[in-house]
Amino acid sequence: MSDVLVGLFLIAGAAFVLIAAIGIVRLPDLLTRMHASTKAGTLGALLVLVGLALFEGSGEVVSKVVATILFLLLTAPIAAHMIGRAHARLMKTLKDGKVKD
Amino acid sequence: MTSAGFLAGAVQVSLLLILLGLAVAVIRLAKGPSLADRVVALDMMTVTIISFCGVYAVFMEEPSFLDVAIVLALVGFLATVALARYAEKRLEREGEDHDTAKDAETTHE
Repeated sequence: MSDVLVGLFLIAGAAFVLIAAIGIVRLPDLLTRMHASTKAGTLGALLVLVGLALFEGSGEVVSKVVATILFLLLTAPIAAHMIGRAHARLMKTLKDGKVKD
Repeated sequence: MTSAGFLAGAVQVSLLLILLGLAVAVIRLAKGPSLADRVVALDMMTVTIISFCGVYAVFMEEPSFLDVAIVLALVGFLATVALARYAEKRLEREGEDHDTAKDAETTHE
């Protein structure tokens, strides 16, 4: 029973990662691409890691998984914010006509 | 089907899906068109490889791969932040260049 649950978590996580990757290619501009990678990609990684924690079940692995999940949840918005700010400045510069793209 | 057999099949399918995702992300990395798009694709690839490490740890029944995932998360975050800052700084520099030089039509690539 636990094995089935682990397998479902792994497949769900992998599917979310694949959907995020497809979104990166298919979506039209940078901000929508960030929307795909930041949310769907992080959720996929989290599901896979939860599956791993269920599979191993030892305290060491579970604590490492919790630490990784917390780190991912903390850093994904920061990274997206940095990229978004760089993009916003680029757009502003393009609008002002200073740099040719 | 036994539950262990289901898990083995699920692990294989997950590895395949994640590798497909990695290949698809490489397309965006190659196509660009701007530096920021490539940074997003690299960020996505880092998360993809973290997931791969997780599935592989189940596949090999070897939890040490989780350490790889943790380190990759740390390094990937630093890489994304560094590249984003680099893009910003380069933009500022190019803007200044264009103000002073007459023919600074450098592209962003």
